[in-house]
Parts: sequence; structure tokens; C-alpha cells
Amino acid sequence: MEHMRATPLKRKYFTPTVIFLSALALNGLIFLLARFVFGIGAVTNLTNENPWGIWIGIDVAAGVALAAGGFTTAALGHIMHKDQYHAIIRPALLTAALGYTFVAVSVMIDLGRPYFIWHPLLMWNGNSVLFEVGICVMIYLTVLYIEFLPIVTERFIGRVNLPGFLKSYNSFVDKMLRLLDKGLEKTMFIFIIAGVVLSCLHQSSLGTLMVIAGPKMHPLWQTPILPLLFLLSAVAVGLPMVIMESLVTSKSFGLKPETHILRDLANMVAPLLGIYLAFKIGDIVIRQTFVYLTEITPESVMFTIELLFGAIIPLRMLLSPKVTKSETGLFIASFLIVIGVLLNRMNNFLIAYTPPYQFNSYFPSIGEISVTLGFIALEILFFRWMVMIFPIVSVPEVVAPKAKYSIKGAIK
Amino acid sequence: MKEISRRNFLKFAGVSSATVLAAGDKPVKAAPKNILADNRMGALVDTTTCIGCRKCEWACKTAHDMPTPSIDTYADRMVFNKMRRPDDTALTIVNEYKNDAANQFPINVKFQCMHCDRPACVSACIVGAFTKEENGAVIWDTDKCIGCRYCMVACPFQIPAFEFSEVLKPDIKKCDFCFDRTQQGLIPACSEICPMEVITYGRRKDLIDAAHQKIKNYPDRYLNHVFGEEEVGGTSWLYLASKDFNKIGFPKLGKDPAPGVSEAIQHGIFAYFVPPIALYALLGGVMWINKNKKISDEEKEL
Repeated sequence: MEHMRATPLKRKYFTPTVIFLSALALNGLIFLLARFVFGIGAVTNLTNENPWGIWIGIDVAAGVALAAGGFTTAALGHIMHKDQYHAIIRPALLTAALGYTFVAVSVMIDLGRPYFIWHPLLMWNGNSVLFEVGICVMIYLTVLYIEFLPIVTERFIGRVNLPGFLKSYNSFVDKMLRLLDKGLEKTMFIFIIAGVVLSCLHQSSLGTLMVIAGPKMHPLWQTPILPLLFLLSAVAVGLPMVIMESLVTSKSFGLKPETHILRDLANMVAPLLGIYLAFKIGDIVIRQTFVYLTEITPESVMFTIELLFGAIIPLRMLLSPKVTKSETGLFIASFLIVIGVLLNRMNNFLIAYTPPYQFNSYFPSIGEISVTLGFIALEILFFRWMVMIFPIVSVPEVVAPKAKYSIKGAIK
Repeated sequence: MKEISRRNFLKFAGVSSATVLAAGDKPVKAAPKNILADNRMGALVDTTTCIGCRKCEWACKTAHDMPTPSIDTYADRMVFNKMRRPDDTALTIVNEYKNDAANQFPINVKFQCMHCDRPACVSACIVGAFTKEENGAVIWDTDKCIGCRYCMVACPFQIPAFEFSEVLKPDIKKCDFCFDRTQQGLIPACSEICPMEVITYGRRKDLIDAAHQKIKNYPDRYLNHVFGEEEVGGTSWLYLASKDFNKIGFPKLGKDPAPGVSEAIQHGIFAYFVPPIALYALLGGVMWINKNKKISDEEKEL
């Protein structure tokens, strides 16, 4: 087997896709500016009936779930010590760090008083589920940044080259980086375990968030086991997210996808997804809420789509070796699971939520959609930028000239 | 040596996972109940006597320094053509419903924050900006609020309103039971102005007794139900009516306090930090075992 090594990918940054994404990002940023100049009411369709929209339902709730690749791969690679998966840990870590950063930004722009975002650090309400989620996400984000630090030190140790008058500090910075690297190496296990524990905590608490809405939430989704369902689905979506992103990255940079690793990962997804599905179906059977599926309402339709396309079909696909052997099959199955979890979070926070007094139904405004799309675009742009600067994506180490061709000149 | 420590670890893992199971197994107690003063106050609204003059709306706005047109304009009954809700410009509103028994006398119902005994907003608020006061009022602290609007998601009566049009310092607006006035010994502005004495302000306990007495005295006039006596664990505002409460704008709610389930789950997941710490220890153990296994495998290969 060829030896894999993480390395910055030297490529041209701007491609037609990147330019398109930049336009989307710019459009989002313009509406974001409008939100800060004219207020939340001017940009969003939020009302007293629907206080939370897609900025919470998609940007935050789904964003947290889809960043689950970070803790699932950390558990797999570092805690289970499955070394063969080390190639996927760094991209997953970067996705998680970027994802959670954008979650924090999304929370901030949705807050009525964003400048008070630090309040939960001092003003504690232990009964509040949101408080728990908020604190856990804050700590986990810090942990993610710490976990990312070794990549930074690896990139710059021996290569510190400050511009201008700062040049005299080069050796000092290098020394500090080496010190940091050494310290991190010895203590990293603390942060890795903490990251997994914190993820389990807030992924599940995110599910508890809507429990307090009580009868405002449609019975198909309102269940006391919501925290368990959220945790299970987050665990199930972590690896598909990694698979999808790995396939897209290798395609976009013209690398050979690590199909054998991805196939092994995909084989792990099926049981995880199966457990989630069992609990989900068990829940509607035990609470006898499946009766709501006999009538056609937006809720029942969305629930069916979520379950069928987000869980049942991809599960069936992953059980077939034919699918897991092909890149396209892997991509479609992973994509469906990712979309399924996205839909689930959206359903929980938006579709299932019906206020007792509703005069107008909520549909996101152009501004809300623009900001959400803009953030997704920005995340992809940042990802591309980061993998070009830092050693994140693993490529076969150049041992034989043959490898050079298979990676199309990734390393000069 | 290795074997012994591994056995020890397994013992430890067994103990810690048993702790987790035990913690999850017991019927987890919800958070300590809000300490409710026995002599806390309340307001009893007799919807059968309300004539829909809406003077309470005017008095409320005046007492809270909110912009309002002159009191004469409130005589206009056209507003009843549309159902309204309390919002950031009006902390209380009156709606009109059809009276099947006597068409010429429509039923008017005043709505405002119900001041729950176990308020969902108090439980939900991330920074504890909402508090249940000893006299029964649920009030909101502008210095703490970060504007997350989770209170609005949580409230079973859909009461807290947000100033969506405000850019710099949007407030959460809701009836505060005239907390400033009651602190000075005054009664709530809406109760004070009401010409029909629809709103009786007094000790909640006494009001419940009075309400049941009224029902007993006039069984034809009232439904045998005091709304707010038991709904979501009891509210400070109590209502009497002649018509099914769900048909005059009240949501169908159970007797369990709104935050009960979520607090039980939340405190179950955390239970004195035992589950998180146990999980941490368990993962640490797994990591350690796998690392050692890896090293011994490599040694064997060599």
C-alpha cells in the first residue's frame, strides 16, 4: 500500500464553481449587512407566531448535526485507534471547525442583541436546554480549534517567515511553535475525549430543545426520546458527510478518491443508520402517532419524505455491495443521508412547529435564504482555501514516479 | 502486568456504566419547583361580564408608557372584526366571540400573559432573564436578555412578543402584571380601570374559592371550569366563562407544567455530571486499551 501523507494542495484557487460560490456568498453578505442596518424584521419573515426560522432550523440545528463528522472520526481514529482512517480525520476536523464557527456566527446574527452573546458565560440558567447547548457548543468550538492547532504547527515549524521588521522574531516564533507542538502532543488525548463527550451532550440536548414547545410541536416529532434520536442521527450522519466531502474534494482537486477507505466507512454507516431507523419507527409505533400518516398534511408528507429518502432508501443502498463499490453509489447514498438529517432538523424546528394562534404561515424570505446559501458557499470557499494552505488532505507520498501521474502533479 | 490493569479497567468500566444506567433508570426528578408564595396574587377574569370597552387596553398602554391614541377611539368596535393577539405594541387585547345562547351579547375575552406558576419562559431562558416573582408576576429583565426568542418557542400561550422592527435594542414585550404598580401597593392598571369589574385582583387562593363559589351560585351562567386553576400547572390569571374555553380563544392544554418533561430530560442527561464524567472515563479507558493493544501487536510483529 502506498504511504499517505497530508499536504497542502497547490492549485489555482479560482475555478468557475468558486466564482459562482463567491457570488452566492457576496449576495448573502449583502443581506446580512441589511439585517444589521435595518433589523431582523426587515430581512426575515419571522413573526411573533414563528420566532425561529431557517437561520436556526438549518444554519444552526442542521449545521451542528452535519458537523458530526468531527467527533465520529475522532472516536474512530483516535479512541478506537483505527489507524487506517487517519487520512479522513483532518478533513473531518476542518469541516467540523468551520461548521461550528458558522453555527456560532448564525446564532449571533439571529440574536436580537448579538452584542450580548457572551451573557450565558456569566448568567447561568441550569434549567434551560438552550443554555446547555450554548455552553457545550462554545466549549466544543474551543476544543476543535485546539485539535486543529497541531496542523498549524506542522505547517509552520521550520517555515516561519514573517514579513518586514518582524523578521527578527522568526526564530522566537518557531521556538514557541515547537513548544506548543510538544505540549499539544502530550495533552491532545484530553481534548479528543472531551470533544467526543461534548458532542454527545450537545447533539442530544439539541433534540431536547423543542420538547418544551409541548403541544405546539406535531406529535409525529414531539417525543421524549428526541435527544436520543438527535444523537443517533448525528452519529449516523457523521461518516456519510465525510464520505461525501472526500469524494467532492478529490473530484475538485483531481485526486484519486480513497475508495477502499470510504467503502469501509460506508459499511459502518448501515448499522448506525439502522439503529436510528429502529428507534424512529419504534417511537411512532409505541406512541401510536403513525395514525397521523394516514392523512395527507404537510407534516405527514414531510415526515414520509424524511424517513423514506433520508433513511430507508440509503440504508437499503448501503446494504448492497454493488453500491458501496461504486463511487457514484457511495456518493448518492451519503448525499441522501445528509439531506435526510438536514430535512429532519428542518422538520423538527420548522414544519413540526405550529403555534396555537397562527394567522400567517412561515416561509423564509429571500433575505433569509440568501444568507443561508451565502454561509454554505462561504464554508466551502473557506474549506478550499484552508486545504490549500494547511496539510489536511492526504495524498500518496511520492515514492515512485508513477504516483506523480495518478495525482496529477499535486506535489512539485 | 498489563492483564491486571486491563481487568481493573473492565471492573471500572462496569461500575461506571452501571452508574450511568442507574442514573437513567430512576424516575428522574424535575428541577426543584419554583418556590411559590402561598399568598401570591392573581387575577380572576369573568368573561361573562366583559362588555368589550377595551379601556383595559388603554390603561395598560398608559401604565407602560407605550404610545396610544386617546381613550375615546377605543369605543370603535370595528377592531373586533379581526382576531388579535398581544404583541410588542399592546400587552393586552380584547377579542370578541359569538355567543350562541344570546346573540346580542357577544363574549369578550381579554388576553395577556397568564403568569404561569411553572412558567416555560423562565425554564427556557438561556440567561435567566425571566423570573417568577413572589407575588406571582413573571417579569423580564432587559439587562440580561440576548434576544434569542426561545421564550417565545416555549410559551404554551404564545405570549412573549419581540420587537422585530427594532435594530439596536429589541425588547421582549409581555404583560408584567404591573409589577411596578403592585410593588407600590397599587393594583394592575387594567383591573383598576375596568368599569364592569371584570378583573378581580387578589390572593390567588381566594380567587379560586370565589370562582368556584360563583359557579356554584350561578350554574347556568358558568361552565364548571376555572381556566388557569390547573392548566400547565396553574396560572396566576384565572378565567370564568359560559362557553367552552377552546372556542373563545384558549389553547387546549394539559395539567402538566410546560417545562416538566424538558427539565426532567435535561437533568437526567446531566444528573450531577455523573453521565458525562462516566462517558469521559469510559472513552478514556477504551482509548488506552486500544493504544496498548496496538503497541503489543506491533511488538509481536517485530
